[in-house]
Formats: sequence, structure tokens, C-alpha cells
Amino acid sequence: MTSGPSAETHDGCAVVTGASRGIGAAVARMLARDGWPVAVNYRSGEAEAAAVVASIEAAGGRAVALQADVADPAAAGPLLEGAAAALGAPVLVLVNNAGVRADGLALSLTDEDWQRVLETNLGSTYRLTRAALRAMIRARFGRVINIASVVGPRANAGQANYAASKAAVIGFTKTVAVEVARRGVTVNAVAPGLIATDMTAGIPDVLLERVPAQRAGTPEDVAATVAFLASAAAAYITGTTIYVDGGLSA
Amino acid sequence: MAEPAQIEKVITDSLISFGANAEDVNRDAELTALDIDSLDLAELSQIIEEQFGVELTSADVAEIHTVGDAIDIVVERA
Repeated sequence: MTSGPSAETHDGCAVVTGASRGIGAAVARMLARDGWPVAVNYRSGEAEAAAVVASIEAAGGRAVALQADVADPAAAGPLLEGAAAALGAPVLVLVNNAGVRADGLALSLTDEDWQRVLETNLGSTYRLTRAALRAMIRARFGRVINIASVVGPRANAGQANYAASKAAVIGFTKTVAVEVARRGVTVNAVAPGLIATDMTAGIPDVLLERVPAQRAGTPEDVAATVAFLASAAAAYITGTTIYVDGGLSA
Repeated sequence: MAEPAQIEKVITDSLISFGANAEDVNRDAELTALDIDSLDLAELSQIIEEQFGVELTSADVAEIHTVGDAIDIVVERA
């Protein structure tokens, strides 16, 4: 997948939340390949995050692992400040990837299931974006990329909390995008479909039959889209959602 | 302690960098007439905080209508 970092260098660094595994880890590796120094945020997977950092460094990139539970309202500022300090550059790319599920039919969801999913998936996206925009608007460059989902824009029984959080992320993305567009800051969402990760383990094969591509996606499929949106080539794309779902939403 | 002249220069330079016409920027100029909007004011608040350590709340910013208002509130608190 990676063949060492590109010749391109950047004046800032990237923060990827929930990057110790799955989509987040693939995004961190691909941004590093594109020359971004990357902060690999993790909540509890210290060893996995260290392995992601090691793989980036082995490929010639720069990375640091930073622990923070982004569902904690106090985490956003210190995480971004820690990344900028450790990597010696302002955070100009923010990938809000950390997410959780707590599935159950709406009529049986607990308030705790609701709050935890909304706080992690939506609350952290809001707080980190708010904090990151300060440096981005001053730099006249920034990329906020929010990982949404095909669930939200479309229904999925048993995931009312998750769907609400991801639909809200898309609405948030659009509005923030128009607020900051003239400062050279883009805000977009990437909506993965059925991607083979720990988070989707146990999802029945019957769902695969609904995917026109007839296969699950890979974390790298999603990461490639994120890396494109982070690049200079995507400067005129903002406020949109790109589906990476093998045609599921078509 | 920042000098009033220094505060005025930082604010004036910031407004010009946001796109205001240099010749139109004076104490009595209305920010709306200079095409300064809420995003510009949010960035100006950041600059003021960084340079002078003065934190402006959204309520403070809502009271700023002219260039002179912006200068005066910072001079008062710096």
C-alpha cells in the first residue's frame, strides 16, 4: 500500500481520531504517505497505536501516538495542542474518525446508549472542529474530514442512535463548510458503507448481497478518499459527502 | 501593557487583511460598511486574544459596531 512518503511537504500536521485500528489507522498511514506528519489518536489501544506509528516511521513518515478519549468534552483542546507541540506544526488536517456503536431497537435503547454514541460520534466532531478551525482560518488553509456513514442518510434497524449521530455529522459538515469556505478551509464528510473492520465484525453476510460491488470495502478504500480530500487538489470541494460504499447508496 | 496606538494598528491591519479598503478604515467607520462579517470578527477576536491577552466574548463582539468600538474595548481591557 505505502511506498514511503511523497516529496510533498506541508506546513502543518494532521490529527486522526480513533486511529489505532481500522479506518483511522489506514487514514493515518495514507496521510503520512502523502507527507503529513500525523498524530495517531487512540483511547485505549496503546499498543495498536504504537504499531501504527512504527509502520509510518518504517515507511519514512513522521507520526506520534496521542491518548485522548474524544468523548470527553475537555479533550479537544489538549489533543490538538499536544499534536501541534509534538509535531512542531499547527493542525491543518483534522480527521474526525473516532466512533462507537451501541445497537438496539429505538424502543429499547437506554439513555446511556444514546448519550455515549452521540457524544463520541457527534459531540467530539463538533468540539474538535471548533478548536481546530482557529488555526486553520489564520493559516488560510485547512481540511476537516468527518467520517460519517451510509447509515444516517438511510435507515438501518437497530441503529437509531448511530444513524442520528451520523446524519447530524453530515448536517454539521455542510453548515461549517459554508461558514469558513472563504478562508481556504474545506469541511467534508466521507460516508463508508460496509467496510471490513473490527467495528463491522459479526455483520451477517446477507448484507453483502445488497452491495452492488459484492464485497466489503477495505479501510484503504476509505483512506484514499480522505487523503484526496486533504490534498491541494481537493481545494474546491467543500460541504459535500463522498460515499465509499461499493454502490450501496446508489 | 499595550499602547493604544499599537492596538489601533493591529486592529486596522487585521481589518484590511480581511478585505476592508484601507482608505475607508477609520474610527467612525461601521464594520458592516467595511464588509466585515461575523467570521472576520471571530478571527479578529483570536488575534486580539493572542496579541493582547484580551478575551472577547460573543456578547462583547455583539456590541462592536464601529472600528472605534473595537479599539476602545481592547484599550480598556489590555
